[in-house]
Amino acid sequence: MTDLSEITKALISGNTEQVCSLVKAEVTKGTNAGDILNIGLIQGMDIVGERMQSGDMFIPEVLMSAKTMSAAVEILKPLLSADDMSSAGHIVIGTVKGDLHDIGKNLVSMMVESSGFEVTDLGVDVAPEAFVKAIQEKNANIVALSALLTTTMPMMQQTMNALVESGLRDKVKVIVGGAPVNQDFADKIGADGYAPDAGSASKLAKELWA
Amino acid sequence: MIIIGELINASRKAVATAIESCDKEAIRKIAMDQAEHHTDYIDVNAGIFVDKEAEYLTWLVETVQDATDIPCAIDSPDPKAVEAALKVHKGTAMINSISLEKERYDNIMPIIAGTGLKVVALCMSDEGMPVTVDDRLKIAGKLINGLLKNNILVENIFVDPLVQPLAVDKTYGMGFINTIEAIKKEFKGIHTACGLSNISYGLPGRKHLNRAFMIQAVLKGLDGAIINPLDKGMMSAIITAEALAGKDDYCMNYLKAFRSGLFN
Repeated sequence: MTDLSEITKALISGNTEQVCSLVKAEVTKGTNAGDILNIGLIQGMDIVGERMQSGDMFIPEVLMSAKTMSAAVEILKPLLSADDMSSAGHIVIGTVKGDLHDIGKNLVSMMVESSGFEVTDLGVDVAPEAFVKAIQEKNANIVALSALLTTTMPMMQQTMNALVESGLRDKVKVIVGGAPVNQDFADKIGADGYAPDAGSASKLAKELWA
Repeated sequence: MIIIGELINASRKAVATAIESCDKEAIRKIAMDQAEHHTDYIDVNAGIFVDKEAEYLTWLVETVQDATDIPCAIDSPDPKAVEAALKVHKGTAMINSISLEKERYDNIMPIIAGTGLKVVALCMSDEGMPVTVDDRLKIAGKLINGLLKNNILVENIFVDPLVQPLAVDKTYGMGFINTIEAIKKEFKGIHTACGLSNISYGLPGRKHLNRAFMIQAVLKGLDGAIINPLDKGMMSAIITAEALAGKDDYCMNYLKAFRSGLFN
């Protein structure tokens, strides 16, 4: 197996130029594009997520790594087969109805996408029915709900109720996050998990969809 | 600088516990500590208690005003909670806050219309978070005109241009600072106020960013702040910045702060 650790290292330091040239060199050498993605890059983003979770990496650094990641994926895209791409499952994500905050949601969206999930981002102010519809259409495995206001936390419960009523609850894992949300609240509304930051969210998603 | 003391907020664990156990002494102490440190308004927030917000907010106002004469900043988007709290409030309260989000705007406006209440006007609309200075100015303009039409005096309006984390976008710091300047220029007599610790979200060493950001904002005209008044570093930053901005006659506040040991 080719050693892809240089790519991983450069990805973690957010060096777009270096990662792109290393990826191109591997492609030229004939290394499998799926391996470059899954071993070189996605494993790198997993480390980025862990370091974010432990407080060793900060949001701007994570953003640089993610930007580097998407530049590298652009190079690989034409070479990847469907099998290489759809390894980690599909996540539907959004900020619940009545809430317009999107910074945290966007970070989670970016992290889970970088760690190999397919992501449908419904944006902000998303009604329970819109989550239900997207989960059905995309056949999603995980739904991630964000709320930044104490006043919109009850909407998470309502969204959970909509999942139960539509018969989707058993088919999809639910993760929640946002400033006023905590593990207790997640337990109370019957979510499958809570993540305090984007790094934890991507790890949690992987654990739930192992 | 008009200081709004932020410590009585139920999202802080100690405060939530005090509220739930009706611990008057604990709330009184936080109120008095803030009152002794230049606080102009004591913010009260019971937002985490969704079903009991009105009841708890009322209790907070009563408890705070029992301990000090300082008015409260009633921190809630819920009209029922705001109304209940206002009923027991003595003196001129501040309402934190109205925004251009339709529901919030329609709910809060009838409560404050024609009154002498102070009001924080948050630059947020149903179209989401404003990004550019222009976005913010447009929202601020609509809010201010709406408030003036409803007979709220310009000097009672505190525009909050909304601070977003620098960690996410390097332009967010200056975006905010330039908005303060533009609002001051465009709307004479208006105040600005904000909680600005959001600027440092996602970065280490937050207090350094918070203080430097405060100093920049003061120089552009920020004259209201939602902060922890017991934070000596932050208070020093504000007092120093105001002296440098020429807002402190004969540097009296600066000297007073020095003599009170604030700079030690």
